[in-house]
Amino acid sequence: MEAAVFILSLVDCCALIFLAVYFIITLSDLECDYINARACCSKLNRWVVPELVGQALATVLMLVSLHWFVFLLNLPVATWNMYRVWKVPMGNMGVFDPTEIHNRGQLKSHMKESMIKLGFHLLCFFIYLYSMILALIND
Amino acid sequence: PLLALRVVNLLQERNLLPLGPVTPPTPCLPQDLQKINCHPEVFRSTLTSIPQTQSLLNKAKLPLGLLLHPFKDLSQLPVVTSSTIVRCRSCRTYINPFVTFLDQRRWKCNLCYRVNDVPEEFMYNPVSRSYGEPHKRPEVQNATLEFIAPSEYMLRPPQPAVYLIVLDVSHNAVETGYLDVVCQSLLENINALPGDSRTKIGFITFDSTIHFYNLQEGLSQPQMLIVSDIEDIFLPTPDSLLVNLNECKELVQDLLRSLPQMFGKTMETQCALGPALQAAFKLLSATGGRVSVFQTQLPSLGVGALKSREDPNQRASAKDIQHLSPATDFYKKLALDCSGQQVAVDLFLLSSQYCDLASLGCISRYSAGSVYYYPSYHQQHNPAGVECFQKDLKRYLTRKIGFEAVMRIRCSKGLSIHTFHGNFFVRSTDLLSLPNVNPDAGFAVQMSIEENLVDMQSVSFQAALLYTSSKGERRIRVHTMCLPVVNSLSDIFAGADVQAITCLLASMAVDRSVTASLSDARDAMTNASIDSLTSFRTSVLTIQQPGLLAPACLRLFPLYILALLKQKAFRTGTSTRLDDRVFAMCQLKYQPLAYVMLMIHPALYRVDDLTDEGALNVSERTIPQPRVQQLSVEKLSRDGAFLMDAGSVIYLWIGRNCNPNFLTQVLGLPNYAAVPLNMNMLPELDTAESQRTRVFVGWLREQRPFFPILHVIRDESPLKASFLQNMIEDRTESALSYYEFLLHIQQQVSK
Repeated sequence: MEAAVFILSLVDCCALIFLAVYFIITLSDLECDYINARACCSKLNRWVVPELVGQALATVLMLVSLHWFVFLLNLPVATWNMYRVWKVPMGNMGVFDPTEIHNRGQLKSHMKESMIKLGFHLLCFFIYLYSMILALIND
Repeated sequence: PLLALRVVNLLQERNLLPLGPVTPPTPCLPQDLQKINCHPEVFRSTLTSIPQTQSLLNKAKLPLGLLLHPFKDLSQLPVVTSSTIVRCRSCRTYINPFVTFLDQRRWKCNLCYRVNDVPEEFMYNPVSRSYGEPHKRPEVQNATLEFIAPSEYMLRPPQPAVYLIVLDVSHNAVETGYLDVVCQSLLENINALPGDSRTKIGFITFDSTIHFYNLQEGLSQPQMLIVSDIEDIFLPTPDSLLVNLNECKELVQDLLRSLPQMFGKTMETQCALGPALQAAFKLLSATGGRVSVFQTQLPSLGVGALKSREDPNQRASAKDIQHLSPATDFYKKLALDCSGQQVAVDLFLLSSQYCDLASLGCISRYSAGSVYYYPSYHQQHNPAGVECFQKDLKRYLTRKIGFEAVMRIRCSKGLSIHTFHGNFFVRSTDLLSLPNVNPDAGFAVQMSIEENLVDMQSVSFQAALLYTSSKGERRIRVHTMCLPVVNSLSDIFAGADVQAITCLLASMAVDRSVTASLSDARDAMTNASIDSLTSFRTSVLTIQQPGLLAPACLRLFPLYILALLKQKAFRTGTSTRLDDRVFAMCQLKYQPLAYVMLMIHPALYRVDDLTDEGALNVSERTIPQPRVQQLSVEKLSRDGAFLMDAGSVIYLWIGRNCNPNFLTQVLGLPNYAAVPLNMNMLPELDTAESQRTRVFVGWLREQRPFFPILHVIRDESPLKASFLQNMIEDRTESALSYYEFLLHIQQQVSK
């Protein structure tokens, strides 16, 4: 049971890592002018909600299996994701808005955010891996 | 510089305004460089002495930015036709007066410091027919010039001028009578539309359905095609909706003559603006061009329909104002689509009710269009508004225009631009996409200092605007400005340009009001003045004196901040319609500096005693130059007449005991009681006083591209309240007087 939870979280975390890398690559493409702002933003906006769902899933899994420490570790990121989506003003085209991404230094802040998330997901990955191995051994 | 730092105690000195207009500060450059520097009306910096490090800039607590008016109508513009346009190999800067020539054959870029070779063709100077003097060429002698661009600068063959007029013909619209004015104006100016033999024109009208007009050459009269499927708009015929103006001129004129009658009896009340804009986009997407949309009510049908969001009870709210940001992203998305196809949309809003300009304005903001707003437009109830609309329309149709333009602003190594203000789409880090560029648009940018500017005497900024002229020529207009670098706080303060700082703060405050809240923006503006004066007091002043001390160059700063706080865009506690407020915000971001300053701080003159003393002599006319007065009712004397120039409107206030000479000689009226409540014109009387007054008002009006209406105000005039609202130095129920504001600042500064 334990092992199953951690295997699921591990897979989820892998997906989130790939997603974070995808965000970073797309944003750096925009910085180097390989794609334009509209294409970049529509690509990224598509994956905002899946990322939110993935992160929420990991958090809920930890809550349900009563692993408090890891749950509390995941909670801030999940709430931040939800806050980010909720805070988008009505006139904007999503979390990534092509009219504002170059204005107001948003490109840099989005890049920083994705880097931090990547680091966080890598940390979580190793935590889940270790816990999964422990759980498999104990079974 | 010494004069600029003269310490002024704002609490004691009451007469801070200069006699005439406020002049921009001169950068402290060597004489020969300053002589060829870019004109401040085109390119201006908030700080004419650039700080050496970011920490020094942070200490000064003043914003660093540039304000530009790149496509301004210029009386003298050198145009260079050259087979090679000399640019730096690494940063692609155009050669300019501030590069250094290492020897005859090599030049050093002033933005990235790379050494480049001088091409062979550049060694020959066609103007003086001499060889071997590249520094005498016009590119190196003029800070503002225009290149004719060769084919490498074209992504596609230069587009022709394409104009599409989109008209609201619902019952509401036709009732205001604007259709007559638009058609009449187009008929009068049809030969003056900028373009050449390839110019195209088209028309779309809409109410609850969209109407297209087949103007194919050979038809006996224009044919109207109605598309009622507004959910999925399509073009009824593939061509002949957009026709060559020269070939089909009679048909176009026929259409313009018959349009007002065609819809004279319409009973349609719905308005499908969204589908009409989509149709316009479809029609123009192949070529690009300009769409002029005339709208008189809230769009109610189809995609992009808007609801009325304004709560009339919240107009005079002392706290936050809601609904300053768009309600839907439809107009923004469509504007981006238009921008991608080089289509710009200009919006004319002529309505008496709430139209959600915050949402509609997006269609112009991101497609480099302009917004015109005529609240309460009606042909019978508001004849002054009609005249204003006519004159503005004439200017709009006949002014210079550039198509499929892009603008890039480059600065010296170490500086970087992070925020842009104006109507355009920021396509990449510093490339602005402008489907249309017009001479009445102003732009602003904010900069930061990424690397310390050590070992540099000066830094340069270059704005390059690549556009297609209305005659199909690809041109590049280049402006270059050079400013000195300093590393002491007192030098930074000495070079502060108070008007540029105020305008940049106004743009930043508009952004802040939309993203955060209006009260945040108001606090930020007040803090800007407090922080900069505190910094001056602690870091620059050697002797601490009591009172509120400011350097002479910033003495008007608190006054301008108070003016901004009382401006329609940012004021609270006074009833302001939401559309009026949003339009004021749009104007603060869009207008060039000179007109923004008039909007913020109108100029008040006493005109009942105009003399020729100190008058200007321009083209055989003697233009009186009365002294600029402070904006306080203290200065209004009952036995005088005062003229207030607020940019888009001019008020002429007549005192109750006004000099009867003025009333008879200038207004042609026997006494005060005979002054009508709605007077908008000065009669042409044969007296010297009438001549002087009319010449003065005419001179004020000539200097700007839009037409300010003149309103004569007397005690019971309906516009008296608007006139008095501009008296920013006075106390009102919801705002402080100038002196009280100074005391508030002093309290914060002395903490």
